[in-house]
Amino acid sequence: MIRIDSVTKRYPDGTVAVDRLSLEIPDRSITVLVGPSGCGKTTTLRMINRMVEPTEGTITLDGVDIMKQPVNTLRRSMGYVIQNAGLFQHRTIIDNIATVPRMLGWGKDKARARAGELMERVGLDSALAKRYPYQLSGGQQQRVGVARALAADPPVLLMDEPFSAVDPIVRKGLQDELLRIQEELGKTIVFVTHDIDEAVKLGTMVAVMRTGGHLAQFAPPAELLTDPADAFVEDFLGADRGIRRLSFFPSAGLELLTAPIVAVDATAEQIAARATGDAPYLLVTDLDGKPLGWAEPGELTAGEIRQDQLLACGRPFVAGKESLRAALDCAVLSPTGWAVAVDGEGRAAGVVSQQTIGEAIRGAHAERRADGKTDGKKDSRDSKGSKKDGTTEKAAR
Amino acid sequence: MSELFDMPSDLQHSYLGLVMLHLREALLPVLFGLLVALPLAQLCVRLRWLYPPVLWITTVLYAIPSLAFFVILIDYTGQSELTVMIPLGVYSLVVLVPAIVDAVRSVPQETLAAATAMGFGPVRRYVQVQLPIAAPAIIAGLRVASVSSISLVSVGMLIGNQGALGNLLNSGMIYNQERLIWLSVVGTAVLAILVDAALIGVRILLTPWMPRGTRKNTPTLTAKAAAR
Repeated sequence: MIRIDSVTKRYPDGTVAVDRLSLEIPDRSITVLVGPSGCGKTTTLRMINRMVEPTEGTITLDGVDIMKQPVNTLRRSMGYVIQNAGLFQHRTIIDNIATVPRMLGWGKDKARARAGELMERVGLDSALAKRYPYQLSGGQQQRVGVARALAADPPVLLMDEPFSAVDPIVRKGLQDELLRIQEELGKTIVFVTHDIDEAVKLGTMVAVMRTGGHLAQFAPPAELLTDPADAFVEDFLGADRGIRRLSFFPSAGLELLTAPIVAVDATAEQIAARATGDAPYLLVTDLDGKPLGWAEPGELTAGEIRQDQLLACGRPFVAGKESLRAALDCAVLSPTGWAVAVDGEGRAAGVVSQQTIGEAIRGAHAERRADGKTDGKKDSRDSKGSKKDGTTEKAAR
Repeated sequence: MSELFDMPSDLQHSYLGLVMLHLREALLPVLFGLLVALPLAQLCVRLRWLYPPVLWITTVLYAIPSLAFFVILIDYTGQSELTVMIPLGVYSLVVLVPAIVDAVRSVPQETLAAATAMGFGPVRRYVQVQLPIAAPAIIAGLRVASVSSISLVSVGMLIGNQGALGNLLNSGMIYNQERLIWLSVVGTAVLAILVDAALIGVRILLTPWMPRGTRKNTPTLTAKAAAR
């Protein structure tokens, strides 16, 4: 475990980058430091591998003070990924990745074999091995950066805004890839970003920092969205935190209606039987069961249903797999106000109204509140309490 | 044909001999300049305040006419090759120091940070990361310094015939032989072009990692732009 204990970084000109920060970074999980520029998040990260040395306070790694270890040994035990990857442009991809193993004294062949393994792990084609960095796209370079950091299998991975210089689609791919790799490898990752969405998506724990190097709140993302510690955190989370928080509620409990669904070849009797009045519209599917669009029951003539007569049903959500956020989004975008749920194969599994989703959200909130009484809520109170005492803000996890 | 390259006996060299002498007198100072400029530039990169005065001093030294240098040096080194080469070495600094400083400084910050974070000590980082990435810009500086040095060697003729191809020019004028003048002028120009081409070749060999078609004097910037 990395333990940051009332650490302050003050520069000779008097600027305080980090102010009495205390954090306990749990093992084998992703801890995100997030905040606006100038909040000291990168400084904090760089103090962990001593690229910046703290003015006061101590940082321990598994109980050992990092200042008591030889600096380069410490650094080689921590992978480091930086914005724009920071690749060595004069070395091939494979040699970039093999850098730390080579420094640790591995033979050339062994180091390259290891680098080859890692290319595969981060999703890079082995044909890129002999290329130079300039021949790769930004996203590919960033993957090389991650592979290079993992090369000597360090227990700790420090990531300094690694995905902020790539476009949103590539970024999403890299984030998903990181979560997948983390599931396989279980590293202790400290991840710095200014993007709260990225923090909420990746973090097991999220530390929100504010200008001047203060910790504003340290909590799991769901708790952050439910219960921001103060106005700053609330503001930083943005206006739609209520909606975003729905990402943490599964759609599995949603009651789906299967009655108002007819196939495109339905008979007049079937149409009449399906128009039960539960829903003002019927969902028409193709012969495979995939949704085609909406229509009012009266508009449908058996045997003559054409897709261009139907109201588009928009993007459906995958029942049980996607969150209430996705379900609500589908319902809000649907011209009928009803969301279409599909199974894993894309066949219609049912329909659900905005009203039903709203009830599910209220139900989920009530459940969370009941749970919060026992565990999570208490933690956040503790952290607020200690702040009022004027002592360092302690995270309770 | 052989008469074309016949040399007046007072030059004491064949044409080829003069060419080799010219090369030696021009390039040894540049090599010496490089050996001085590398550590000096590194000092300037490390201690920022040192760079402006160093730049100022190299520029002032460059402004001293070579004749004045010769007059001072002749008391110590006599009418020798060394008297010609010392000013040339000093002159090369005015090109080499800024070229190396700029080249080393232009290595992207994130590359340096990544190297430090991976446990590169300062020396290893300089030799394995900064210098190789700075190499193209350093070679660009060497090209300018070499070509300028090749043209300047001729002045050595003024101190006891130490000007190599420059002496030939002088002989051409004394004996009123146009052939010798052409041999001197064209020879010097061809030499400069060949040395320049050789340095380009060295750079291409050293930098397979640079984007093709954008091999310029500021490689790190273009490489970065192309990589994006």
